[in-house]
Amino acid sequence: MNTILTPRPAPAGARHKGRFSGWERQQEIWFYALISPWIIGFLVFTLGPMIASAIFSLTQWDLLTPAQWVGLANFTEMAADPLFWNALRVTIVYALGSVSLTIVVAMLVALLLNRNIRGQQFFRVIYYLPFVVSGVAVAWMWRIMYNPEFGVINLALEFFGIQGPRWLASSAWALPSLIIMSVWGFGGNMVIFLAGLQGIPQHLYEAADIDGATGAAKFWHITLPLMTPAIFFALTTGLIGALQAFTTVYVMTSGGPGNATMVYGLYLYNNAFKFFKMGYASALAWVLFAIILIVTLLQFKLARQWVFYETEA
Amino acid sequence: MTRDIVRDSVTMRAGSIARARLIGDLIAYALIVLGAAIVTLPLVWMVTTALKQNYEVFLFPPRWVPETPMWSNFSYVFEIMPFGRFMLNTAIITQLNIIGDLLSCSIVAFAFARLKARGKNLMFLLVLSTMMLPFQVTMIPQFVLFRQLNWVDTFLPLVVPHFFANAYQVFLMRQFFLTIPKDLDEAAIIDGSNVLGVYWRIVMPLSGPIIVTVVIFSFLYHWNDFLAPLIYLNSEQNKTLALGLASILAYPAGGQGRWEILMAASTIALAPCIVLFFIGQKFFVQGIALTGLKG
Repeated sequence: MNTILTPRPAPAGARHKGRFSGWERQQEIWFYALISPWIIGFLVFTLGPMIASAIFSLTQWDLLTPAQWVGLANFTEMAADPLFWNALRVTIVYALGSVSLTIVVAMLVALLLNRNIRGQQFFRVIYYLPFVVSGVAVAWMWRIMYNPEFGVINLALEFFGIQGPRWLASSAWALPSLIIMSVWGFGGNMVIFLAGLQGIPQHLYEAADIDGATGAAKFWHITLPLMTPAIFFALTTGLIGALQAFTTVYVMTSGGPGNATMVYGLYLYNNAFKFFKMGYASALAWVLFAIILIVTLLQFKLARQWVFYETEA
Repeated sequence: MTRDIVRDSVTMRAGSIARARLIGDLIAYALIVLGAAIVTLPLVWMVTTALKQNYEVFLFPPRWVPETPMWSNFSYVFEIMPFGRFMLNTAIITQLNIIGDLLSCSIVAFAFARLKARGKNLMFLLVLSTMMLPFQVTMIPQFVLFRQLNWVDTFLPLVVPHFFANAYQVFLMRQFFLTIPKDLDEAAIIDGSNVLGVYWRIVMPLSGPIIVTVVIFSFLYHWNDFLAPLIYLNSEQNKTLALGLASILAYPAGGQGRWEILMAASTIALAPCIVLFFIGQKFFVQGIALTGLKG
């Protein structure tokens, strides 16, 4: 990084050295020229809006009449707003449930597939498929499957003599329904876990075999520790994504019944674009950002205690 | 004699281990097939429902395969709403976004992977940190900005930001570019090529797999994107597929209870994603797995 400040001794004469450092300066100019699209985008679409959002959060503004400066009123309103606390609770339950279940299922399937099973490639693709289909169409598909009377899920349960719940129509089951649905996309994590499992050196298991280790012991003492970086990756990206859930909830329940599935993203959207409370919505957005920041930093801090990084040999 | 006993017990033990291994493999195989069936079932159900007659949807016990496949359900979708228009809009937006993502991200990733500069690591950290930022934080000021520009209800707010690179795909491409030998760059420079020449004639031609990956991911993301179109597009002729599909119950003949129509529309919307996935899976399933490990 400091090659220009402290130039390397020239291998063959001053003329060569001059040309070389000229090339380094040229590289630096090229570097900033080539990343300038990102810098411009960052200033115009990220940093600028973040600052603007912070200012909006201190105002009351419906887009039509001029904004009113209200100081921290939006934040005190939030603290007293039961719907805000509800949205926070719903989102946290959803994020924790969805991310942890997805990781467990992904790990189990990856372990099964890692037994060098015939057709491994084929199954890997099949399991990955739900991860890439998303959005409104998938939400409709699940909404119909969850139908209490004619949905395929309750019909299947009925076949086994089980009376299924009313799923999306029940305030107790609506949120679990959304969590179950999200687990369907476990293939994204599974592919990462499988690649991780295949990267574990075989000689570790062979050594454990010689010591007479059981399958469970090998899993807890070899597989799991070596998989912690991949699990950490899945946990971090999964939580960031789940805290922003929007589309499926919008299509499947619109936050209902009652406010049982009113996730944070939807509550924020409603405040901004349904009630036109731009100031309050901006305050909500900043709180969401703060939560994601804290969760992520906390995860990185805790990671030192449980994520195992092999030192480079 | 003792030796015989030892040998017998060793072969017996080896045999029972092999047998246990075989049984384990069989159980694992059964579970994997069962799991694969459960995972694909929703999509199969969606397609068979799309081909049913209305009364068949509500039969008990459920009928898996419709008596006579109603292919007309698919054309009916285009009659109850301007579905063709929605598809065209989505295709235009998606195509422009793929171009924007690919061009901007590959150039930025190239700079991060191949050029030396002071402050590079700091810049890269900044790029990565934007991955944490929820769209909801910038959504409102962006809306205010595009409203000032009179861009609301045009495709511009959905397309223009994507010509300025995004952290995820920059990261993805950078990881790949790092694996291309650097000697090639130096050789090209000595031969009188400039930096852009290295990007265009050396790095990009060697990056087929990652280009396919980025294109497919862009396609899937923008084809299914819902929140941004929901905010910016309101007139009927500008709607995307996702928007039209979300409001299908509001169309007179698409109403409640017409599950076969709903599923036909959903099938049409998902079909390009699934086809593209199967075409490109060879490249990108592996690519994603590797990125996840390095990340």
